[in-house]
Amino acid sequence: MPRTTPFHSRTEALSKGKRWEEWAGFLNATMYELDHIHEYNSVRTGCGLFDVSPLYKYDVRGPDALALMNRIVVRDVSRCGVGQVIYTAWCDDQGKVIDDGTLAHVGANRFRMTAAIPNLYWLEENAGGLDVEIEDVSDAIAGLALQGPTSRDMLQQLTNADLRGLGYFRCTEDSVAGAPALITRTGYTGDLGYEIFVDREVAEPLWDALMEIRRDFKMRPAGGVALDLARIEAGLLLIEADFTSSKQTMFEVQKMSPYDLGLGWMVDLGKDFFVGQQALRREKERGSRWATVGIELDVTGLEKAYAQFDMPLQLPARPWNGAVPIYADAAQRHHIGRGNSGTWSPLLKKYIVIARVEAKYGERGTRFFIEEMVEAKSFSIPATVVQMPFYDPPHKKA
Amino acid sequence: MTQTYDAIIIGGGHNGLTCAAYLAKAGRKVVVLERRHVLGGAAVTEEIYPGFKYTVCSYVISLLRPEVIRELELPKHGLKIHPIDSTFVPKEDGDCLITYADEAQAREEFKRHSVRDAEMMPHFSEMMYKMAYAVKPILAYVPPNLTQPNLRDLRTLKNFGQHLKGLGKETFHQLSKLMTMSVHDFLAEYFESDIIRATTSLSGIIGTMLGVKSPGTAYVLLHHFMGELDGAFTAWGAQEGGTGALSECIASAARSHGAEIRVSAPVAQVIVNGGTAVGVALENGDEIYANAIVSSCDPKVTFRKLIEEKELPEDLVRAIDRFKYRGSSGKVNMALDAMPVFRGMQDPSLLEGSVDICPSIDYMEQAYDDAKYGGFSRRPCMEVEVPSMVDPSMAPRGKHVMSIFVQYAAYEMQEYGNRDQQREAFGNAVIDTLSEFCPNLKDIILHKQVLTPWDLEDKIGLTEGNIFQGELTLDQLFFFRPAVGWADYRTPIRNYWQCGSGTHPGGGITSGPGRMAAREILGGRL
Repeated sequence: MPRTTPFHSRTEALSKGKRWEEWAGFLNATMYELDHIHEYNSVRTGCGLFDVSPLYKYDVRGPDALALMNRIVVRDVSRCGVGQVIYTAWCDDQGKVIDDGTLAHVGANRFRMTAAIPNLYWLEENAGGLDVEIEDVSDAIAGLALQGPTSRDMLQQLTNADLRGLGYFRCTEDSVAGAPALITRTGYTGDLGYEIFVDREVAEPLWDALMEIRRDFKMRPAGGVALDLARIEAGLLLIEADFTSSKQTMFEVQKMSPYDLGLGWMVDLGKDFFVGQQALRREKERGSRWATVGIELDVTGLEKAYAQFDMPLQLPARPWNGAVPIYADAAQRHHIGRGNSGTWSPLLKKYIVIARVEAKYGERGTRFFIEEMVEAKSFSIPATVVQMPFYDPPHKKA
Repeated sequence: MTQTYDAIIIGGGHNGLTCAAYLAKAGRKVVVLERRHVLGGAAVTEEIYPGFKYTVCSYVISLLRPEVIRELELPKHGLKIHPIDSTFVPKEDGDCLITYADEAQAREEFKRHSVRDAEMMPHFSEMMYKMAYAVKPILAYVPPNLTQPNLRDLRTLKNFGQHLKGLGKETFHQLSKLMTMSVHDFLAEYFESDIIRATTSLSGIIGTMLGVKSPGTAYVLLHHFMGELDGAFTAWGAQEGGTGALSECIASAARSHGAEIRVSAPVAQVIVNGGTAVGVALENGDEIYANAIVSSCDPKVTFRKLIEEKELPEDLVRAIDRFKYRGSSGKVNMALDAMPVFRGMQDPSLLEGSVDICPSIDYMEQAYDDAKYGGFSRRPCMEVEVPSMVDPSMAPRGKHVMSIFVQYAAYEMQEYGNRDQQREAFGNAVIDTLSEFCPNLKDIILHKQVLTPWDLEDKIGLTEGNIFQGELTLDQLFFFRPAVGWADYRTPIRNYWQCGSGTHPGGGITSGPGRMAAREILGGRL
């Protein structure tokens, strides 16, 4: 039986259809309304409120906190000053991605790490000989993500922290609605947004304080479907959809390096030792097998496929996660990869997919074909590699 | 001062801008000349009262052609449409009908009014969906010339005939009914509940001086079912920043391809030389020359104001003079100090959808009765939106803007008294009637803007205030729009073209005429 988050009394009351999904062992609202579209729109126009408490959270303290972090993750944490947050992946010693998450440099010798899967063992395993204290605060800390263009003005109503002065991927500790909180300007939507972490005891009052003023900021609680849609538009990967953690599979073929996942930009091979460094160095020289790219489907091609059955164009009503075959040729003889997450973007009016293809097909502008079943027939729909994030509004970083 | 372009577009409404964008995209040197200080024509957002943005005329979006969104990359230029997927319809007895996007929720609500109708609704929706799909290819035909068909016209007619034949007996039968019946009679074949009939019939009378029981209104209903937002027929939405923001977004697409857009540049006349249009004369005396002059104005302005009569064949002059406008609607926009509260609305988030004042078929028919002799409805039908419920850019925090589309207001009502008095009386009828359903309304009005059909004519340039640039009745559609023989965006004057809603596929924010005209000007290829 999945557990409930510290906000459950509130989220449960708001859930019209009682639709829940499991997230890291917790009940998470799939959507609060009967359809996700208003929740999604709030994220792009007003703001959406997500309960992100199921994230795993670790506090890492002590003189060697930085050293431990730097030993684990692929980015150079020494460049992450106090008050800064980085998004990073971490790998096993084969250079295969275990997980990705954020690392907030909360104070001198203090980090807060968020993760999608349990990582306590991995942190402790790598802390040998280091003067560092690791605490799993996953249960003690509740988290909310307030995401969307009005999120700053809204959150500012409840805190004295200077949010306008808080840059993209920066963090601060201050009180929110009267309770001590860690505020990070981060999120999983590609929009202006904040994540607020508080002790679980004050979770409900924080929720209530936000809901109290929600109308003035066009805020809406939003669930998993809206989040999935927004994160695909933002080109952000989802574990178990776009990749499998190397710790959660026994099969080499399912393990992916940061390069395979389009995260090569974050790998700092020049820094001191980190787990997976040697393997990644070799891969960098040798070249990677895969490229993770954003692709755009040719909707007119899809329309033609439906027209064969005298049907109007059908677009996916919801984002999907799966494994959709991708071919180099329309005849579907040369299989080159798979579409992992896809959605019709109501904002961009485009059918977008995060895909993994053989590295040589990863160049922007490359054209290939993605399979689409229409009724009982398979069609090859032309698709083009485009820039990811698909959606990257200026206000995200402003 | 003279300047030369490949094309001059007269009028910066959404169709003019669309045409300009396509021509510029094809490499043509284009200039758009807009009379007003602001772009958009009837798709315009204006801050009439400080801090509050009014969607002055048109207020919702559905019919915008998906190919235009795609080809002009409108999302890149700011297209952002929020779905409007519920309608709250208060009845006079205090009850209400609510339509929801969710099928199960909608069914439960309909069941309160009629179990039979609740079961019928999905069949009706499916049938309308089929009809919209059946009509869709026709939207993309250049209407053939029936009087002197050339090879292409014959081919189009053949395709048209084959298409109709291919629809199958049942679809063709339903389609002929939709083309000829009244919206009420058509709906009565499906629904028994009066409030369900009334709610569904509202889009059958919009912009048309006909009642729900007048033949021909069923087509207007279908016309409003042909939108395809996100691949879903009949979906409606509101552009962030109002419909003016959509016009700006098309303008931005046009500019990105090099089009020049001028506001406050009223055109006085098209310069014709030996049967060929060669340029335009602006009201300020400037002359601009081009190889193509394209008017996005309605047929009356295009043929009877911008051109001298002697340049046109008599039959066309007569046809244009007979073209029906008969403005039938007005608009009231208001700045509100607080959220309006409707009687019987349990969930305030229903204000994010539409509120329709059409409590019964008799109410609607009576509204028409009042207007058909030239007055306005004492208790009008209304479609109310509160765009500031979802869009924070429309009003200051905690305040709201309300857009009220009002049917009926006859163009002729100005003859019943002086215009200001008539406007005042009309505005009062709207607010008094709406207050019956929204008791706190009068207490929260900070400012109001009342637009009558002649205001739409004076301000926007729509003849007799018709929002579609001419009624959408069968005798004014497809190869009849605006006149037989001249429905292919051409005119008898060489290099003079039409691209407004007065041409096929007609009114509403479709961008269809603008795109089709551009294709014709470019020799069939975009």
